[in-house]
Amino acid sequence: MAETLTHNHDEVDEKLWDGGAQPFKVSYGKLMMWYFLLSDAFTFAGFLIAYGTLRVSMPTWPVPDHVFSAFPGGLHHKPLYFVTLMTFILLFSSFTMVRAVQEGHRENKNGVVFWMILTIIGGLGFVGSQAWEWSTMIVEEHVGLTTNPFSAHTEAGIYLEGDGHDIKEGDTFVPGSPYLIHNHGGGFHHLKYKVTEGADSGLVKQQAFGPKQFGALFFFITGFHGFHVISGILFLIIICVNSATGLYVARKNGYEMVEKIGLYWHFVDLVWVFVFLVFYLV
Amino acid sequence: MGHSYEQSKKTAYKIISILGIMTISEVLFALAGKGHIMGGSLMMPGYVIAAVMIIMSIVKAYLIVYEFMHMKYEIPGLAKTVLLPLGLLIWAVVAFFYEGNDWKQRRNLIINKNNQTIETMATPQPQGAVKEIQTKKIH
Repeated sequence: MAETLTHNHDEVDEKLWDGGAQPFKVSYGKLMMWYFLLSDAFTFAGFLIAYGTLRVSMPTWPVPDHVFSAFPGGLHHKPLYFVTLMTFILLFSSFTMVRAVQEGHRENKNGVVFWMILTIIGGLGFVGSQAWEWSTMIVEEHVGLTTNPFSAHTEAGIYLEGDGHDIKEGDTFVPGSPYLIHNHGGGFHHLKYKVTEGADSGLVKQQAFGPKQFGALFFFITGFHGFHVISGILFLIIICVNSATGLYVARKNGYEMVEKIGLYWHFVDLVWVFVFLVFYLV
Repeated sequence: MGHSYEQSKKTAYKIISILGIMTISEVLFALAGKGHIMGGSLMMPGYVIAAVMIIMSIVKAYLIVYEFMHMKYEIPGLAKTVLLPLGLLIWAVVAFFYEGNDWKQRRNLIINKNNQTIETMATPQPQGAVKEIQTKKIH
């Protein structure tokens, strides 16, 4: 194939950019999907860079391994377990999408529908997991758009009272130790502590709320990604139904619609790689 | 596309396995680096963890775009028009993180200034000037 390309290079070149042929050897629809994804990449990059900028500008920030450590079934102290599971669900659905596209290339209708259904199930599993994560944060931990009970200490000290969860009276902590201000039946209970080092040594202080932006950034960015997943699921369902009814058989273009939604779906997985990096791993 | 169905099926299984193993090792590395597993024996500074995570994420992104999204099989012109603009993001990251760090320093500067004790001016002043200042203070 490469040989014929170089062979005809000169005569093809003249015609290519006159608007008649496909300069990039892909259909208009696929090319525009690529450019849409490029613009979408800039949108997500803008959000994630905003998160990073605000994070480095604050003296303290919630510790991800502490914030994201709940697991269904009332389990706690399982750092990153649940979000790793979510990542695998999305990764798996990306794989089933690849398989659907491959079956499309060889015009295998049943194969396309089978793998697309698995992809849709994966997508639903991911959104469902995200719903659980959100509700845990909102209902149990009381994180709001402008309220952030998660933070980390900036000085060393000793607690003067316990919260009935992980912190007991007399526990010591160092700069960087994470904490969650618990809220039982309305009202946050800020624990008192005594500073043991530094300029404020000996002073009694209270746990302060974490940086205000955290909740808004988390819900907005993961929400925007979740919105992409939900839209993706809707389009997957439409295209899956169209495939099943045999619409693309008549087109004889190797199920190109499946390829296009595939590009979008992989992009959603790609964005998650970076959301995972920025919010959970670092 | 120049590659058979069986071949591309094999590739898909290979790539998903690599992505899965990479994700697991990322999580293990992050947890070990921050002292959550291995009893804290593998703890390392935050920037080392961040650097390793960023490199691994970029490799994962490459695999997704080039293998799953078939960028590998598109002609170079298409790949260039999609990928080159993303280079702008390098400067965006550098500039914004520099800016964010500056906000932090400025905030610290303001806190330090606020904590400074203000000393009253010791230089003797004419009667009239002192009166003026005093009346101003009363208002």
